[in-house]
Amino acid sequence: MTARQIMTADEIRRALVRISHELVEKHGGTADLALVGIQRRGVPLADRIAAAIAANEDVSVPVGALDITFYRDDLSLVAHQPIVKGTDLPFDLNGLTVVIVDDVLYTGRTIRAAMDALMDFGRPRAISLAVLIDRGHRELPIRADHVGKNVPTSDEEVIRVHLLEVDGDDQVEIDRLGAGVATS
Amino acid sequence: MNPGPAAALDAPEDADPTEGGSATRVDQGDRGWPHRHLLDVAGLDGHDLDLVMRTADEMRRILARPIPKVPALRGLSVTILFYEASTRTRVSFEVAAKNLSADVVNIAAASSSVAKGESLIDTVRTVEALGADVLVIRHGRSGAPDLAARVFGGHVINAGDGWHAHPTQALLDLYTLRDHLPGGDLRGRKVVIVGDVLHSRVARSNIWSLTTAGADVWLCGPATLLRGFESLAAALPAERSLTVTTSIDAALAAADAVMALRLQQERMSGGLLPSLREYAAGYQLNAARMAGAAPEAIVLHPGPMNEGIEIAPDLAAGGRSVITEQVTNGVAVRMAVLYLLARGRDLEAGDG
Repeated sequence: MTARQIMTADEIRRALVRISHELVEKHGGTADLALVGIQRRGVPLADRIAAAIAANEDVSVPVGALDITFYRDDLSLVAHQPIVKGTDLPFDLNGLTVVIVDDVLYTGRTIRAAMDALMDFGRPRAISLAVLIDRGHRELPIRADHVGKNVPTSDEEVIRVHLLEVDGDDQVEIDRLGAGVATS
Repeated sequence: MNPGPAAALDAPEDADPTEGGSATRVDQGDRGWPHRHLLDVAGLDGHDLDLVMRTADEMRRILARPIPKVPALRGLSVTILFYEASTRTRVSFEVAAKNLSADVVNIAAASSSVAKGESLIDTVRTVEALGADVLVIRHGRSGAPDLAARVFGGHVINAGDGWHAHPTQALLDLYTLRDHLPGGDLRGRKVVIVGDVLHSRVARSNIWSLTTAGADVWLCGPATLLRGFESLAAALPAERSLTVTTSIDAALAAADAVMALRLQQERMSGGLLPSLREYAAGYQLNAARMAGAAPEAIVLHPGPMNEGIEIAPDLAAGGRSVITEQVTNGVAVRMAVLYLLARGRDLEAGDG
């Protein structure tokens, strides 16, 4: 096993709390603010950031889930079936500042697809981006507004984000591509 | 999803534990779509049916949007080749493909080179040479889509062939039933198919999908229109529950759902019925007969209807009827099928 831990559960928690403060500070409050997590690990991250905002500010900001499967431009590169996880945006996003939340920012193609998907639901006043890990290697002119941790990587490495809600534990690992995932 | 060729993907896909190999597999049901073509429902297992249903749920959410269109199949060419008359199935496929941003070509055989004597195989090769990725085919002869699948390099969807199969109709019927039954669970539910079972590809496909979903399936009609189905019922394994009866009252007793089949007058040359009137007197679905069914029982019909023959007009338009929903669900289910086939696996992978 070549995997190396780069974030512990506590570090993830602190990063999300910091992001929650940054979000509110940058936005100048919580009015007309909404969080949208990208399926799947962006969804619990958005929930946690919303919970942190609720704890700090005593307001609950609306949280949605976005499935970008139908908007991807790289489906032909995916060997396995992209399973649809579901989109749930229980609010009207016209006029809102929508913060897209995802676990890892890499090529930027997921975020491009997420912005296309959001636009089909309405016209947000602004869209910003919060990610737990920024690993570089952008292929599109996209950048994150809030980053939990910047991790310089090579293309031969993978970042594995584990979240309690999805994986049963909280941590982030870096590994060599192909290692540890026997079936790939 | 798969770290191998996925260098262009964002890392969450790299880290997805659902594709096996990782100790933290969570969604046990997340298996992909293993089929290259959709020629029949007999080859679909419970997982496949669930995947179509779940994907159709998402498609129905797209249909509920102000602009019901996503770019999922952009750049993909879908050719719809119909050798038989149809409105709803053809339009349903066309709308489904367009909602997914595919390019759609419609060929009605009557006005194509088929009228000049071109063979099915030549037509399919021509369609492929013109760039079709998906071929949706309806044909009067059973097995024509299988033949097309043997020469076509892309994906073939059977939109109805002879008496054999009409898989997307069976899938949309299953979807509609799940929508109306508590918990979406068909296990042990009595689903009755009444009418011209003999000539019905809809019935033949529904038998497979409904028994796979665990329903207690009953076939009912005059003996001449049930020929051969008793031996099928006897030959099925015990976990597939199929009952064949000529008694409409026995069939409808405590039924949870009743599907009326169209009396296929164009296939009715063999003297199988004394008259349409006699059929209607004995087997027409009407409010009086439905009194024996469960109070919340629903009525389905694959269309087009002969109102006053296999179904009474007031029942078709009444509160039990889900016939209009079937049409709407048909678009969602066909979007799901197109998406799963075209994006579910590599065209190159090929499983014949």
